[in-house]
Amino acid sequence: MADEKSTVVREPTKNPNMPLSWRKETKPHRFCPGCGHAMALKALGEVVDELGILDRVLYGCDIGCSLLSWDFFNFDSVQTHHGRTIPVVVGAKRARPETIGIAYMGDGGGYAIGAQHLVNAAQRGDQITAILANNTLYAMTGGQLAPTTLPGQKTGTTPYGREVRKTGSPLQGPELVAAIAPAGAYVARGTVGEYQQLKGYLKKALRNQMEGRGFSFVEVLSTCPTNWRTNAKDTWAFLQGEMARYFKVGELRVPEPAAPGEEE
Amino acid sequence: MKEVVRKGCTVFSDHGPAFGWDGGLLRKGGRVIKETQLTGEYGAVLEKEQRSFMTGNEVVAWAALAAEADFMYGYPITPQNEIMHYWSRLAPHFGRGFLQTEDEMAAGFAMLGGALVGKKTFCATAGPGNILMQEPIAMAEMMQIPGVWIIQQRGGPSTATVIYSQQELRLTTAGGNGEGLRIVYSTASHQELFEYTIKAFNRAWQYRFPTFVLGDGYQAKLREAVTLFRPAAKGWTLIPAEPLVRGPGIPALDREPVHLRNTFNIEEELYARLEEQLAAYERLTPEVVEWEVEVGPETEVLLVAHGIVARAAKQAQKMLNQQGQKVGYFRPITVRPFPGTALRQAVGANPNLRLLVVESAYGQLLSMVKAELYGLTNPIDTLLKPGVGVTAEEIVATVTKRAPKEVCHGG
Amino acid sequence: MADGKALKIIIAGEGGQGVQSIGELLAEAAFQAGKQALYIPNFGVEQRGGVSVAYVQISDEEIGAPKFLKADLLTVLSKRSAERTKGYLKPGTIYLYEQSALEAPVIDDRAVGIQGYETVAPEAFAKMVGDKAGKPATPPAAPALRPIGIRAAQTAKAELTPRVFNIIVLGAITKLIKVLPPAGVKEAIAKKFRAKFRENPELEELNFQAFAKGLTMIEAEGMQ
Repeated sequence: MADEKSTVVREPTKNPNMPLSWRKETKPHRFCPGCGHAMALKALGEVVDELGILDRVLYGCDIGCSLLSWDFFNFDSVQTHHGRTIPVVVGAKRARPETIGIAYMGDGGGYAIGAQHLVNAAQRGDQITAILANNTLYAMTGGQLAPTTLPGQKTGTTPYGREVRKTGSPLQGPELVAAIAPAGAYVARGTVGEYQQLKGYLKKALRNQMEGRGFSFVEVLSTCPTNWRTNAKDTWAFLQGEMARYFKVGELRVPEPAAPGEEE
Repeated sequence: MKEVVRKGCTVFSDHGPAFGWDGGLLRKGGRVIKETQLTGEYGAVLEKEQRSFMTGNEVVAWAALAAEADFMYGYPITPQNEIMHYWSRLAPHFGRGFLQTEDEMAAGFAMLGGALVGKKTFCATAGPGNILMQEPIAMAEMMQIPGVWIIQQRGGPSTATVIYSQQELRLTTAGGNGEGLRIVYSTASHQELFEYTIKAFNRAWQYRFPTFVLGDGYQAKLREAVTLFRPAAKGWTLIPAEPLVRGPGIPALDREPVHLRNTFNIEEELYARLEEQLAAYERLTPEVVEWEVEVGPETEVLLVAHGIVARAAKQAQKMLNQQGQKVGYFRPITVRPFPGTALRQAVGANPNLRLLVVESAYGQLLSMVKAELYGLTNPIDTLLKPGVGVTAEEIVATVTKRAPKEVCHGG
Repeated sequence: MADGKALKIIIAGEGGQGVQSIGELLAEAAFQAGKQALYIPNFGVEQRGGVSVAYVQISDEEIGAPKFLKADLLTVLSKRSAERTKGYLKPGTIYLYEQSALEAPVIDDRAVGIQGYETVAPEAFAKMVGDKAGKPATPPAAPALRPIGIRAAQTAKAELTPRVFNIIVLGAITKLIKVLPPAGVKEAIAKKFRAKFRENPELEELNFQAFAKGLTMIEAEGMQ
């Protein structure tokens, strides 16, 4: 085993825009042009670099488009089943607590098929970092209704728009987690539209785990031009407009006292 | 022919796991795991090797301790609950872990997480829990992540009873959405529960196929004698767990990062992987398969049963033979891989031999037996009692009813 | 046992009567006496407030299936359980039954959930044996059945404490089956309730007295 406390720092090499944690052999990545996943993952890679924890990370990804990140990084990764990334990472973390466990998933995985795992890991205070990309629909399967689909939004299974009376209102995930997680939890909602802010949230979420304080959860408002059937301009407008209006960006739970040396 | 074919606790084979991390371990002849000091009141139980009187669930917890299991992830369902109770009582004394999860899927996937980072993990479940557990087991099978599952079968389908059955044979041996590449031991006594649970950990971490101890509610709850021991005291070598991820070295610097997946883009890619796995399973079969047989050229009826029903069958065989009937006995100990060759040998030499397949299910064992005997013409009788226990007396009555009159009076 | 076959014993009563403790103690004593022993409780969802049945086998040879069709000794402690277990009778079965009326008891079991019977002694089953001496349970009329009625509930209540009712029954069974040394069964009682007895030494004495009463109850009635 490598020294668990080691800090991995390497000099930036050829592409200064590419995080060291990014695996260049698997780039260009497999996401559609304009997909928010790539932005969120880039931010995550940079944060792992900045924290120097490359050798301690176990990265788990879900089914759905997030699975395309299975070989995205230079850290050890495991692709699991739909909704089951949290329990895999929880199992690893419990068995070897020095592991930095990152569970990456979409809104279907976290809020629908795997909602019980998110709820229970949060309420147990499992010391992992869950990152959930919210793009308001099931992307990989062709754009169906998700718990996060906005009222009136058209998807493959709500062709006339989501009717709140029939299928409910969009789930507010971070609000749910913030309400049930015990002390020590870090909960935030960021957006790929505010890159530096998102990075800050991800860093705090990982620090929270490194310091052994509790569960950390970051929802990332993300984009899916393919299933939204939007051009670049409309994609951005939907993210920064309708989505941001419904899903409030910001920190919902910050453990007190704040960890020393936290920027932002 | 009267033989019990059991394999040693450790198999040193020429080949390691099908693929993945360094399989050189076994090729080099095995490395002895450093055993935890089993000290204190609890440790003394294993150390002293005395006969104890306890329930099967308790036996399993002791066996997991003896096998150097690190972590149990569990979710309550009757009749396996006391495995969790005893384990969570024992574990803290030996630095082992327990987590009660939110459901069986979480328990199963958490097991895989623990195994990925190099810990020996296990779980126990039953009935509807076994159904949910098939999802993580399918992932374990695809990715060859080791793990041990204890199944204490209850009545089915659905919630049915919390008591007993043998109706999870098919689910346990062939569940999931693949080819059922698993190793399944069907135990019949507390001594076997203890020894096969230890063996299951070794098989799982050697071959990296999901490994099961298939018990039932009777075995879970009944009390009988058992001798607990430290594996080392019997010269049993325990196979160590090694990390599949987060192994030594810094990824991308000292070594390649490990990227594990269970999804494939194209049919041919999947097929290549499965061919490799199927070949590995074929190779392990003769090393793993176990059975018990008692048959001769005189034998007229061969009783076939597994698990606790095999005990009734053995008892019935004895009673019938005392009456002068010529009755044999065949019991698969591994129900997956199934000892098909051995069964065929026991049956094939004697075209007049009738089989009587006995089980607490409606033909789950029967269909396995039929598949193995394809092409032979021996008649097969059945005593199928889904969801209820089978007594020796019922088997005796069934055989007697079917037997020709002159044999009946022969005793 | 002479023919090497297992002695098959059933104890049936209401949940909370200490039926499972009797089974467990018999099996434990048999194990300690160097015999093959197997005990299995029934543990259906109906356990609490339902009929409780314990199956015990004692043998000099390997024991087969855990449950069986016919009993050598059937002990019934309530009307409902008598009804439920009559199928286990065969010619020659010793039918040990509690003569006092047995109302459906107030359940005070150490049942764990409704599906997990840890077969721990229900220590406080005092409330469950009815006060009123009602209609005696009538043993079924079967050829060559050996019915033996005892008044364990009454004895426990009048002479000891209602809580030791099941230990009196255990004494009676020990006497009837003849294969276990009474001293060994006493040891099993002491082992099982060690913690309770340490807490309350009076309880130990009561239990041992109850056991002795059970043994002599059979002798006194000339039913050996």
